[in-house]
Amino acid sequence: MIAIENIRKEFPILNRTVNGKPLVYFDNAATSQTPQPVIDAIVDYYQNYNANIHRGVHTLSQEATDKYEEARIKIQKHFNAANSYEIIFTSGTTDSINLVANGFTSLLNEGNEIIVSALEHHSNIVPWQMLCERTGALLKVIPMTQEGVLDMEAYKSLLSDKTKLVFCNHVSNALGTINPIKDIITLAHGVNAAVLIDGAQAAPHIKADVQALDVDFYVASAHKMCGPTGQGMLYGKETWLKKLPPYQGGGEMIAEVTFEKTTYADLPHKFEAGTPNICGGIAFGAAIDYMNNIGFDVIAAYEHELLEYATEKLLAIEGLRIYGPKDTTQKAAVISFNIEGIHPYDMGVILDKLGIAVRTGHHCAQPIMNFFCIPGTVRASFAFYNTKEEIDILVAGVERAANMLR
Amino acid sequence: MTIQEIQQEIVEEFSMFDDWMQRYEYMIELGKSLPLIEDEYKTDDNLIKGCQSKVWVHASLEGDKIAFTADSDAIITKGIIAILIRAFSNQKPKDIIEANTDFIDEIGLKEHLSPTRANGLVSMIKQLKMYAIAYQTQLN
Ligand SMILES: Cc1ncc(COP(=O)(O)O)c(C=O)c1O
Repeated sequence: MIAIENIRKEFPILNRTVNGKPLVYFDNAATSQTPQPVIDAIVDYYQNYNANIHRGVHTLSQEATDKYEEARIKIQKHFNAANSYEIIFTSGTTDSINLVANGFTSLLNEGNEIIVSALEHHSNIVPWQMLCERTGALLKVIPMTQEGVLDMEAYKSLLSDKTKLVFCNHVSNALGTINPIKDIITLAHGVNAAVLIDGAQAAPHIKADVQALDVDFYVASAHKMCGPTGQGMLYGKETWLKKLPPYQGGGEMIAEVTFEKTTYADLPHKFEAGTPNICGGIAFGAAIDYMNNIGFDVIAAYEHELLEYATEKLLAIEGLRIYGPKDTTQKAAVISFNIEGIHPYDMGVILDKLGIAVRTGHHCAQPIMNFFCIPGTVRASFAFYNTKEEIDILVAGVERAANMLR
Repeated sequence: MTIQEIQQEIVEEFSMFDDWMQRYEYMIELGKSLPLIEDEYKTDDNLIKGCQSKVWVHASLEGDKIAFTADSDAIITKGIIAILIRAFSNQKPKDIIEANTDFIDEIGLKEHLSPTRANGLVSMIKQLKMYAIAYQTQLN
């Protein structure tokens, strides 16, 4: 059982009002809210040991370095990576994907193929299209069904000895679909292709075990899992991280520099040029601690309860259609919907007037919206600090908006 | 009526409502009664892509005045367009160029004209002014 009242008290922002109404925050898939212990970690850093890391011999620098590296180990443990140096700090999922996509420039040739799923966020499409432009590799797409589920038979037929890379999200941000990543990885490895899993949407709900998955790269953003913005991670298997060239040049990532030749630092520093977001990394560690203290099993069970409750209540509204899998066990706590004849933008504007924050639009996944021939959807995404009472407010708000707009 | 007079009239109409619901309902009604742009003008050339909602605008010179017609796929955007078109259509280019949209603040709909709203309205206002500038040079 989740101690919801106690949990809500730890999120100061949940006390505020919007347009005179208590805030109902259902845009968690875009950015989650920040609990007090994470805010405290940020304040503690700037108040007590703000200093540059890995370089100073002075006490503050040493303290900051220790905390930053502790955070790396927290992330390593959380995702069950074999080594802490397989965790690279980045500015977010987008940055992590670009790092890998850039690294593959020298590893791909014309005629090679790389495979994307039809369910991706633009962040997991565009960097690969750019990679194709640089290398002459071809981008293939795993299609999806009308229910927003990947067609695995089609995927199998796309795989061949030309396939070098497969990338796919663990959970779709637009529809909430949980993808069968274990199968996707195993099948790709069957043709010796590497796999990158975009865990941005999964990380807040599911604890991924990168060794059990045998995944080559797994990426996530802190700001979707109770951490700060502008901070993320890349897990890469040691063998792959050694194979990829550095992403950016600068301080911190070098072993030795002369004007003739520079040798690069070992992992993970090879990929961490310049002064990083030190506070962000430390706060990311605090966020992971916070979520693990509640427990991912508890979080997943409670969010599933919210998802089922909201699905049932919303479907009772006339003309409302939910996009994505009907079976809620195949979904994260995301409901992407439209009401017949009502533009999602209009729905979002009225809900905001009622203090309810949802996302409207194409959710950075235009190919999915094109697939369904819609301009976008209204997306309500739940976190473990939301309540059924808030879902009742949403449902009443959607009904009220529908009456105004129809 | 001048643009200023029409804007004043709109402000007075909206002042009758005492909460946002009524203002929005009225705005939505105005949107529904907007004289639609002819289908032949609902082209990509006349489309302003606003990320969240689409807006189409067409302008034609009638005598020394510009007539605007417009549409949007979102009804709230359309309501605001209806208000803007009422103020700016059938006016002289010079007056359109000089006019501002401060009255939208006064009727409590300012947030819809925020450049970060991505609903196409800010670009639409720019577009109305561009048409006015173009026709002004044509008239000179
Ligand atoms: C599935 C998915 N991938 C990638 C991203 C991009 O994450 P970020 O903006 O933190 O880099 C998001 C964020 O919305 C996402 O949902």
